[in-house]
Amino acid sequence: MNPNYLDFEQPIAELQAKIDELRNVGSDNAINLDEEIQRLQSKMRQKIKAIFKDLTPWQISQLSRHPLRPYTLDYVEKLFDDFHELHGDRAFADDHAIVGGLARFRGRALVFIGQQKGRDTKAKIFRNFGMPRPEGYRKAHRLMNIAARFKLPLVTFIDTPGAYPGVGAEERGQSEAIARNLQLMSRLPVPIVCSVIGEGGSGGALAIGVGDRVNILEYSTYSVISPEGCASILWKDAANAEEAATALGITSDRLKKLGLVDEVIPEPLGGAHKEPDEVAGRLADCIERQLDELSASSADELIENRFKRLMSFGQFQG
Amino acid sequence: MSWLQKLMPSRIRTEGGSKRTVPEGLWTKCDSCTSVLYRPELERNLSVCPKCGTHMAVTARDRLEQFLDPEGKQEIAAGLEPADPLKFRDSKRYRDRVVTAQRATGEKDALVAMTGALNGRKVVACAFEFRFMGGSMGSVVGEKFARAGQESLRLRAPLICFSATGGARMQEGLLSLMQMAKTSAVLARLAEEGIPYMSVLTHPTTGGVSASLGMLGDVNIAEPGALIGFAGPRVIEQTVREKLPEGFQRSEFLLEKGAIDMIVDRREMRDEISSLLDILTAGVHSKPVSGELVDS
Repeated sequence: MNPNYLDFEQPIAELQAKIDELRNVGSDNAINLDEEIQRLQSKMRQKIKAIFKDLTPWQISQLSRHPLRPYTLDYVEKLFDDFHELHGDRAFADDHAIVGGLARFRGRALVFIGQQKGRDTKAKIFRNFGMPRPEGYRKAHRLMNIAARFKLPLVTFIDTPGAYPGVGAEERGQSEAIARNLQLMSRLPVPIVCSVIGEGGSGGALAIGVGDRVNILEYSTYSVISPEGCASILWKDAANAEEAATALGITSDRLKKLGLVDEVIPEPLGGAHKEPDEVAGRLADCIERQLDELSASSADELIENRFKRLMSFGQFQG
Repeated sequence: MSWLQKLMPSRIRTEGGSKRTVPEGLWTKCDSCTSVLYRPELERNLSVCPKCGTHMAVTARDRLEQFLDPEGKQEIAAGLEPADPLKFRDSKRYRDRVVTAQRATGEKDALVAMTGALNGRKVVACAFEFRFMGGSMGSVVGEKFARAGQESLRLRAPLICFSATGGARMQEGLLSLMQMAKTSAVLARLAEEGIPYMSVLTHPTTGGVSASLGMLGDVNIAEPGALIGFAGPRVIEQTVREKLPEGFQRSEFLLEKGAIDMIVDRREMRDEISSLLDILTAGVHSKPVSGELVDS
């Protein structure tokens, strides 16, 4: 088992290992194995195509949490010419699960907020697995106000399993911190573009996700509850996560059909981590185009249109 | 008329039409101290145990009945019913769960909203029906709350909400999550217009409702002993892997931690909110509204 590959990706991992091995042998003995390597590479492409042609929602859910998937700061580095991280909520602490600051993006000044996961064990703990505490949401709240005060557009990246369910988080008002952001974002007098780049985990994701445009990377998910959480409540067993993932409609295509996301940004074969530069470029193009569109509107128009958009969410009879 | 509608009792709501779905019988037991209680007396006491003071659950309709003046009540968006946008199915179909809940509660979904009066003052009030799928918030609850808020804006009347809920309704997927943004956006409008919003948190209020309309009151009030939080205690216990302290996430704990303004006994609720509204709406520094001069 290669831990950098998901269960259903193991056949790809095996082929990749073979190719790597041949490359090593090739360089050692000066034997020309190019033909064999090419054959294996073509076989691997076929395999990837076959696997990715019919991904189940559960597999996509795993891809959205892929250990190699680009995280917020990976995109920040690729997208922004200049990024000054700002820290702290001025009341309690600096939450490392949310990063934010002032940025320059293709010549445009903006405020950025995103959730950040860690790559290795130490970083995972430092980032609290991308699960923000109230101080993270309050830092975000502070940055939103800076965006409003200085008339800067707000760009957010969503990638979190959810808000942290801990004792301290409850004591410091996790609910209130999230609610305040929802309220503020709904009336912020500047353009807001939000993009789900990995896991969109419930209220913890939405707390930086109320915008004029909401985008999602193809193999990302956005859900009211994790498939595991839903399965343990409704099926009384987390093992039914696969069924829950399908039932909840958490994939980009279904969310697009429901009108809850504006654009699905396609990912390369095998997922965003296969060609991070390519994905970053597509994401950047999309955000730039949307910011251009939105900057044609006045603050009042932005607020009015966002309000109408929020009021339109929901499907019912009568 | 479909076979389903024929099966359903006709429920054209009129003013004051309160439904009791508690089991028949004159005697009942307190949830907490297990004292045997005479039901009419308990009801006169607004379902607060006269022996130990435990605030027992009340239905959404009884809640509004207790809270609003008897005259002048009018229900908002009474006809809204859940759709099934995801065709959701777990061990049961969502549609079937809805029908079961509707039969059990006599409500179409988990929120009842009304315009009415509180000690003669025009108000808009809504209450969650916890027996309807755990008071969960889906599209109908979000829409009804939004319409109640819009009515508040139109009438320039304070909004009061009594929550009792487990959070967002899973069976409507991300649409349910978006109701958090929707309800918060309406409350932002009220705040801008200087129209008071009183959030009354009753047992239990957790998840997506707590993290949106629940905590956004100009004044947050809780009933005694209510469980209030973002994550449920079971989820927290699984995360931190230890037993939670006694009283964690109860009203008294929230008051101590600064999350709520006050704990109010149900029997005092009308008077307390009425007094708060008297003061909040007496501001002489506020802008004159729709031609009515403040000092006229």
